[in-house]
Order: sequence, then structure tokens, then C-alpha cells
Amino acid sequence: MTNSESRITLTITYIVLAVLLFITLFPIGLMVLNALKPATEVVSNPLALPTVVQWDNFSRAWVDAKFARTLMNSAVLTAMTIFLVCTTGSLTAYVLARKKIKTWKIVTFYLLATTTAPIQLFMFPLYFGFARLGLINNPVAVAFVYTAIYSPFAIMLLRTYFLAVPKELEEAALIDGATHWQVFWRVMLPIVSPGILTVALIIGLYSWNEFLIATTFLQSQDRLTAVVSFFLLSGQYSTDWGEIMAAALIIVLPIVVLFVALQRRFIEGMAGGSVKG
Amino acid sequence: MHRLYVIPTLVINAAIIAIPALLTIMLAFYRWDGISSPVFVGLSNFESLWHDRVFWTALTNNLIWTVIFLTVPIAMGLLAATMMLVARRGSTFFQVVYFLPVIIATAITARIWQGMIYSPITGIFGLLERYGLEVANPLTQVHTALYGIAVVDLWHWWGFLCVIFFAALRQVPQDQVEAARVEGATFFQLMRYVLLPGIKPTIMLMLIMTVIWSFLVFDFVYILTQGGPAYSSEVLSTLAYRSAFYDLAVGKAAAVSVVISMFGLVATFFYIRAQAKEFEE
Repeated sequence: MTNSESRITLTITYIVLAVLLFITLFPIGLMVLNALKPATEVVSNPLALPTVVQWDNFSRAWVDAKFARTLMNSAVLTAMTIFLVCTTGSLTAYVLARKKIKTWKIVTFYLLATTTAPIQLFMFPLYFGFARLGLINNPVAVAFVYTAIYSPFAIMLLRTYFLAVPKELEEAALIDGATHWQVFWRVMLPIVSPGILTVALIIGLYSWNEFLIATTFLQSQDRLTAVVSFFLLSGQYSTDWGEIMAAALIIVLPIVVLFVALQRRFIEGMAGGSVKG
Repeated sequence: MHRLYVIPTLVINAAIIAIPALLTIMLAFYRWDGISSPVFVGLSNFESLWHDRVFWTALTNNLIWTVIFLTVPIAMGLLAATMMLVARRGSTFFQVVYFLPVIIATAITARIWQGMIYSPITGIFGLLERYGLEVANPLTQVHTALYGIAVVDLWHWWGFLCVIFFAALRQVPQDQVEAARVEGATFFQLMRYVLLPGIKPTIMLMLIMTVIWSFLVFDFVYILTQGGPAYSSEVLSTLAYRSAFYDLAVGKAAAVSVVISMFGLVATFFYIRAQAKEFEE
């Protein structure tokens, strides 16, 4: 926009943006502030600064939410999901980007349709089926569930990266005697690797934060994810909100640091695939 | 034969989504507790839903939810996005901050609002009460519970729309904007005749997705009120979940899921049609 915006327009603009900024940061600020306070000070005034910083909240949260175990569970589950989505998703995205005939359109639309299917439409038979097969509390099985749910999003995003690769590159490789697999593995994948990194970040975020499936399929104490463990800690055992906010901060902090460092990738990726987390 | 590369995706999708979805549709016509063998009951699951007051409350709540989310966050997102366009300076900073609630786990967002804001003991509401301001915890009141939850989801969600709209606004051809400027258009005229029409496809897509998502809402309701008090904030997805896992009425849960999907299906049709245009290139 040109500089013709008047002073008043600009002032109003910044006031609106600042108000929205305050609304966004206020609850986050409350989390950080109260994570540092003993329970009694939280009760007397959630807005007051801590008289003494209660670092002890973090160590108690670490023990009570069994974070040594549950953060590891979350990390393993997230890593497995990222691996499965990126491998199967890039294969499919490659084919969908290169084929123009009708059958492939149907596959594309089918995958789009599954992104909008409610989880409840398939969760109950899946749960009782898994129960019969002994797959409840099995993180590998849950990684496959996440893969099914997040793949369409990943495929649609990766497809645009594959589309951007010039056809001539592939044809040249084929003429030189490369097999289709070599073309995919040696030529295409390195070119679309930025797309794969974006997908890995977003799928990682979704799996790390996921609640409904994790709370249903991973219920035994030693299989809980960090988010579900936090949910249980804050729900039943504890009324110590200093400790609960400390636990929240432990889960949120790595995500926020990663997000701020790589915000462009996150935002472009999520906007590109348009899926609600 | 590299077309076979799609097989892993399709096999996983069929095993996790397609086949269980078909089973759910079948189960909607059976009575089943999840353990013994299912008994065919025809339409009786749907019939009992028809006479179930909680079902109608849940359906109404989903519709109220849809109306709220079709308006408030879309308006907030558009407002902030255009303001960022005017301000220009600092737009990256604003974007990153507005997006923060989107990346925080729903379980954590829910607890922050529950304990730090709404709680009469540890929250801001309690503090206000001690200063003599009569504010009740909205989550514990029959008439306000749903709105109390909606505020939390709004806080979590509007930044996503803002970022999407901002990205779309920046792609409106600059020569159109310049031309309008030369003609002496005010900012509001520019908005109305150039920018908003320019991002209409994005707005439409977000409206369609909002309808779909509004029938899927689960996390915040389940965590904040579990549908209470007295089922006043129940939505279809929590009703289905409770029926299946608490009451072991899997047939009823399946019937509710089918109803959710029917609403989604209409929106999905428009979604795919909107996306299809993009795939024509």
C-alpha cells in the first residue's frame, strides 16, 4: 500500500493490532507467570508477580506427570508418524502430480474427502477391532492411525512441490537409463526435500498435540503421551495450579521455540494444506 | 510400474478409515455393547435418537457453534489481516504471535482458560469477584457453558484464519491496488471493491471448512465440561463418544456418527468442488 494512509488510520490500525496482541498473549502470560508461583500465591492473585520464584513446580510436575516416560512416548510416536507420513505420502504425491487421467482424480478427491470425515465415523469399529487384535496401548498402531488421518494433508502439500519440478528433468534421467525408482529416489526426492521438511514439522506438531486418539488408544500408565498425562494430572490428582502450569510449559516450550525459529515454514505449510489442528 | 507407489497410502487409508467407516454405517442399524455379538435392530437407533432430548440439544449446539464460527473468527481474521496490510511494519511479528494459540495443544489451552481465567478460586474471574464484580464461571452455568467453551476455541482458532487471509491479501495483484489508488479510492472502497473480491475464493474455502469443523468439535467440549452441566453443552461428537465408551451403546454412537457425517457430507461436496478448480491446472 502507498503511504497515503493518514496518521489517524495508522494509529487506529496499531491500536487494533495491539488489542488483539494482548488478547492472544494474556492467557499465555498467565501460564508462564503462574508456573513460577506456589499454589497459595496463585489462589490469592493470579496476576501478581511471584514473591519468590518457585522452580520446584517444574521438578514436581516432571515427577507427577511422569514426563521422563511420557515425553519419550510422545517423541517416539511423533517420530514414527513423521516417518510413515513422509515415506508413504511422498510416493503417493509423486504419482498424483504426474498422472492426469481420470482414475487419479478420483484418488485425489477420495483423499480430500477423508480429511473431512469425522474421527467418530471410524473410531468405534477401529477401537473394538484393535482391542480384539491386542493393539490397544500399542504406539505403532496409533502411528498408523495418525498416518491415515494426516496423509491426505501431507499428500496435497507435497503434490504442489512435485508439480513444480520440470518434467524434462525426469525425462532426461529416464533417457539416461534410470529406472522409475531411481528417478523418484535420486532425482525427485532431493528436489522436493524442503516440502518434506515442512510436512515433517507440521505432522510432528499435530501428533505431539493430538488428544482424542491418544487418550482413547493409549491408556496404560507406561504408554501415555505427554499431553494426555498432563490432562490426567490437571484433571484429577492436583489442585496445585502452579504445578499444572509448569507441566503445561514443559510441553509447550519446545514447540514454541521450534515454531518461532521456523515460523515461515510452519505458516506457509499449514496455510497450504488448510487442515485444522 | 510406479503407479503402484500409491498402494501404501491406500492400504493404510482403507484399513484405518474406509473399512471402519463402512462398519460404523452398518453398526448404526445394530444394537451392540462392543463385546457380545451385534443384534440387528433396523432403524431403532435413529428412532430413539429422534426422541432423545440430549440428541436435539447436541445438534442445536453444533448449529449454534457453526453460526458463531462462521462469523466471529472470520471477521476477526479479516480485520487483523487487513490491519496488518495497512500497518506493513511488524506484520511478521504480529503473524507469529497471533499464530501461537494454534500451535499450543488443545488440552493445555483448555486448562489455562479453565484454571487461570474462568476458575472462581484460582482464575481472573475469582479475582474480579473478590473485587465485587459479579462474574460466574461460564462453564458451570447451563445457559453459558457452550459459549464459555466457544470463547476458548475462538482464542485458539482465529489466528489461523488471520494468517491465511493475510497470505491471500498479499497475493492480490498490485496493479489493481495501484489503479484503485490512482482513482482516489479510500481504504474502505479499496477493501470492498478490490481486496475482498480478490480473496473471495479463500474466504469461501474457509467458510466451507468452518462448517465441516464445526460438526467435528470435540477436544474443548470434552475437556472443559464433558457436555455438562446437565448436557447443556453437549455436541454430537461428545455424545457419540460417551455413548460408545461410557454407556457401551456402540450402535447408538454409530448412529450419531452417521448424522454428523451427513452434515459434513454436504459441506464436503462444496469443499471438493472448490478444490477441484485448483486441480484443473
